[in-house]
Amino acid sequence: MDAAKSGPGAAEKFVGRSVPRLEDLPLVTGRGRFAASIAFPHQLHMRVVRSNHAHGKIILIDASRALAAPGCVAVWTAADVTAIPPIEFRPTHIQGLEPYRQPVLARDFVRYVGEPVAVVFAEDSYQAEDAADLVVVEIEELPVLLSASQPPGEFEPGRDTEPAVIRKKYGDLDGAFRAAHAVVELDLSIGRHSGVPLETRGVVARYDTTRDVLELHGGTKRPHPNRDLLARMLGRSPASVHLYECHIGGGFGVRGEIYPEDVLVCAAALRLGRPVKWIEDRRENLMACNHSRQQRHRIRAAIDAEGRILGMDDEFFHDQGAYVRTHGARVPDMTAGMLPGPYRMPAFRVVGRFRLTNKTPAATYRGPGRYESTFVCERLLDAIAAKVGIDRVEVRRRNLIAKAEMPYTRPLDVLDTGMVLDSGDYAGMLDKVLARIGWDELQRQIKRRKAAGEAVGAGVAFFVEKSGLGPVDGVRVTVDATGTVEVLTGAASVGQGVETVLAQICADALGVDYQRVRVVHGRTDRIDFGFGAHAARVTVMTGSATHIAALKVRAKAIEIAASDFMEATADALDIMDGKVVRKDRPDGPAVTLAQIASALAPAAAIAKGREPGLSADGWFHSDHMTYPYGAHVAVVNVDRETGGVKVERYLAAYDVGVAVNPMLVEGQIVGSMVQGLGGALFEEFLYDESGTPLCVTFADYMQPTAHEVPHVDVLITEDAPSPLNPLGLKGAGESGITAVGAAIASAIDDAIGMHGAVTQLPVTPQRLREILNRAR
Amino acid sequence: MSDNKTEVVLTVNGKDYAIRVEARRTLADALRELCGLTGTNSGCEHGVCGTCTVIVDGDPVRSCLMFAVQAQGKQIRTIEGLADGGKLHPLQRAFIEHHGLQCGFCTPGFLMLAASTLERDPHISDADLVEVLSSNLCRCTGYQNIIKAVRAAAAEMRAR
Amino acid sequence: MKPGQFAYHAPQTVQEAVAMLAEVASQEGRVLAGGQSLVPAMALRLALPAHLVDINGVAELGRLAAETGELAIGACVRHARLERPVVDGPLGRLLSNVVRHIAHYPIRTRGTFCGSLANADPASEWCLVAATLGATMVAKSVRGTRTIAAADFFQGMMATALEPDELLVEARLPILSPDTRFGFYEFNRRAGDFAIVMALAVYRVEHGVIVDSRVGVGGVEGHPRRIAAAEQALAGRAPASEVFRAAADAAAKVVEPIDSKPELAAYKRDVTRTAVRRALEAAEKSL
Repeated sequence: MDAAKSGPGAAEKFVGRSVPRLEDLPLVTGRGRFAASIAFPHQLHMRVVRSNHAHGKIILIDASRALAAPGCVAVWTAADVTAIPPIEFRPTHIQGLEPYRQPVLARDFVRYVGEPVAVVFAEDSYQAEDAADLVVVEIEELPVLLSASQPPGEFEPGRDTEPAVIRKKYGDLDGAFRAAHAVVELDLSIGRHSGVPLETRGVVARYDTTRDVLELHGGTKRPHPNRDLLARMLGRSPASVHLYECHIGGGFGVRGEIYPEDVLVCAAALRLGRPVKWIEDRRENLMACNHSRQQRHRIRAAIDAEGRILGMDDEFFHDQGAYVRTHGARVPDMTAGMLPGPYRMPAFRVVGRFRLTNKTPAATYRGPGRYESTFVCERLLDAIAAKVGIDRVEVRRRNLIAKAEMPYTRPLDVLDTGMVLDSGDYAGMLDKVLARIGWDELQRQIKRRKAAGEAVGAGVAFFVEKSGLGPVDGVRVTVDATGTVEVLTGAASVGQGVETVLAQICADALGVDYQRVRVVHGRTDRIDFGFGAHAARVTVMTGSATHIAALKVRAKAIEIAASDFMEATADALDIMDGKVVRKDRPDGPAVTLAQIASALAPAAAIAKGREPGLSADGWFHSDHMTYPYGAHVAVVNVDRETGGVKVERYLAAYDVGVAVNPMLVEGQIVGSMVQGLGGALFEEFLYDESGTPLCVTFADYMQPTAHEVPHVDVLITEDAPSPLNPLGLKGAGESGITAVGAAIASAIDDAIGMHGAVTQLPVTPQRLREILNRAR
Repeated sequence: MSDNKTEVVLTVNGKDYAIRVEARRTLADALRELCGLTGTNSGCEHGVCGTCTVIVDGDPVRSCLMFAVQAQGKQIRTIEGLADGGKLHPLQRAFIEHHGLQCGFCTPGFLMLAASTLERDPHISDADLVEVLSSNLCRCTGYQNIIKAVRAAAAEMRAR
Repeated sequence: MKPGQFAYHAPQTVQEAVAMLAEVASQEGRVLAGGQSLVPAMALRLALPAHLVDINGVAELGRLAAETGELAIGACVRHARLERPVVDGPLGRLLSNVVRHIAHYPIRTRGTFCGSLANADPASEWCLVAATLGATMVAKSVRGTRTIAAADFFQGMMATALEPDELLVEARLPILSPDTRFGFYEFNRRAGDFAIVMALAVYRVEHGVIVDSRVGVGGVEGHPRRIAAAEQALAGRAPASEVFRAAADAAAKVVEPIDSKPELAAYKRDVTRTAVRRALEAAEKSL
């Protein structure tokens, strides 16, 4: 690893270095403990009986044969859980969403194939599946609504399938269109796809009678808020419900929200008096875990003769699926607010129609709302370039917000907070990206290859991301009598390297080796408050709180050292590798943090009138999110005859503010880029006319393999540290996915020599072939 | 009353495990639930993702597509047996060094796939190696660092 | 996704295997060889056999031998065994070329050549090879042995001429003469996926013109088959791009895609044209 000592006798620094992860050893040796590995004595297995109809009235449910099956202990339907309310969503100012919440078991109506209708409890998972197959469910079919851009239908008598309309606007839009040199209009669609982690959902609930505590093992993402919601739904105090994180096989936004199954295992553990385990299978996962992304946009822009945007007017249809889930209408809200991206936009109007259909309910997936909005906005920029006859790079230069204009306030609210782009050198990023890919030489190569008959092309796409969702986070840093440092957080791990990053930040602020730092996360019983891991928040929010807490512990240790141990004043002391030393004699007399912690053991501390414990809390507050940004370049080769697309080269650039661990940031960028590639070319949840899902195995839902992925060149810049937190951090969890659909669409247009050819993702071979056929 | 289970002995990482299983119990589930070897994860149960890959008589095999009753008399190796006591296998070290894992769920499958491939053919071409690695799905890493890690380990293993 | 219950049988000889099959065939008994197609179907509970007859223990079914102008591939021969040419000449190279397109390496260590034939997936590469080269399938039951020509063997999607109590013990492929050219082309969305369209072209050139041509297309219709119209467009003509194009056009015209959606059927015709042409071009370069 690179050396980063700042001089002789200086403390070793870890922030900014690609140190190996603390998480890895158990995971490479087969000692990972994912939910399916959790087993309690005498546990029951839960299996969900799911609707086979997309819309209908439940006529009867007959569980008699199931109850008689070997090993089956109980079967529940909605009638058995009437006391449990429907699942709430996050607080929002949007009115009118409550009636559309999902019940934990279908009541009277089923609204999507895969909806839980009953649950079976049995002695083992094989028997549970056998018994579930014996539950008879009779449904009287009702008309099926499968498109959000068709007029709304009936959700229930007296209520239609459009729970909300998101509206945002500013500026004089009519004036912009009157003054326009030209108007560009597009009709764009993003296909339904989602996170699909490799580990399916699964949790184990247990009721501990000795403490009157309901335990839920395997929860993640937002342990405390989830704990609170579960407690409310089950009529228990929050202190009597605890969530325990284990190893988590990827989150991507879809794992860790409260689903019906989570509530049901808890209720069952309480009522049946045995631990209850539920592990979803892949077929269930593809039809019942949150979907995302499906939107259709009709967008127009007023432009001047130089291709500058005077105003943007968008109407979009968000396909939410059957119910409003735990995010409420946040995804279309983010789509709407982030639509202008990094561009100047004097006037703007967006109308987002949040509509229900008889499909799996949707919610957030990495870069939620922004993969969609970036595809739309970047397609628009390309269309503008074509309209006025300028280069696609030049049109972006003319519209990008300048560095000198930062911080840049957009007169918009997103997620109920004002949008202020905190920092950014967008033009500088564009320059770096073009230089890195060698854009001019690339254009020459493409020209030569086209002349030789190849359909090869390049696309560029710019994006702005959101990260560091606040408003607040708190951490407790404690040094124990062995000198081990504990960082107690309310963060969660989804496999991204939380423990390592926080350890690095703590290590630098405190003056210890990062390998001596243990990070606690995902445990509601150890810390009262927590906000989890999502929206690329942990490095920013939890990291900043860790930094603050560690600095306080440092100050405390130095103060005790100065007064009790060293013949020096506090300002003459430093902490290096866990020892307090004199700055001018780092190899001289020292006292370890362990010794100081011992000196602060309760009896000794109280005797000297001090608070016990070498420990401090740190809180970080931020009203605003940070806005990292980046640009992608894609080079594709199209097989005109088959419509197949090969991505030959890919560059993903991202300004992360400050990279705590560059190797981990790069890992996030590449991993998320490949997910973006999936959405651009391969992944789509399709339905037949009856609303039956067609992609319920990995043979039909196609994720990229190593073969489909180009080498991804990653450019991490640190040009625009965030001014909003002490270390200048921006998040990287959603760093590589946002612009992939846009970049690949642009490259395909270029390769086949047709402007605006790609209006729909994913670009399947068949669709591309049809585009080519229409052009003939 | 018969419970249609049979006695089966699975030889895993050189050790015998005597278990009683229905014929339909997959090797993956038997390893995890009856042998206590939970290192092998289960990602799809229909043979596409490769997460459940173990080594059977030297070959990489999807353990969700084999029944435990079929595995009697075969030499099975799982992730728990990859390290040599406390000494990590070059592949394990390489995955750590090159950040070849994030959530770690697919990792045992990739490690066993790579180990069996490199043992069978230490001089496998790079193109063929990438082809083999495209057998398994990963959702976190985007594969780049997995390929890097396996290449590095392969070079080290060849040099020995 | 756990399979349903079944009774498990593990015969040690072919005789035992067919005797067991005779007993269980009428009670939803199935043969288990590689399991790479059957077990996923069982996991999804699309297949719920009450009995499985596991033939992996029948040593004689592992036979792979070239004899009297044919390559005999026993029922338990795994795909992976064909990765290196198992017989000199074009046939060995053809099999080695095609096998790399079948799924992925860990599937190929278990899945079997004959299992693919018995499963009769429309997009199975071996079914295309068997149909195009005119393989002979050998089926055994308690009633005796019979041979079934490829043209009669494949009857439709997932349907063969095998009786429920018959075991496919062997497939025989003709050993191709050293001057045989072959070309295989498969289009799919990801490496290792089932083919969207694939084509296998085989011919010899005598006195400058194409003779003994065989052109097979798979992934489009209920089962792979030879396309006579394409072969006719090649016969007696010198290999050249216009000739290949004509054969490809002929194939695209006559195939009847099983896809019900008209756009998909039209797309498959389009790609059939491409696949046949590219297979022929590959064949021309193969010697």
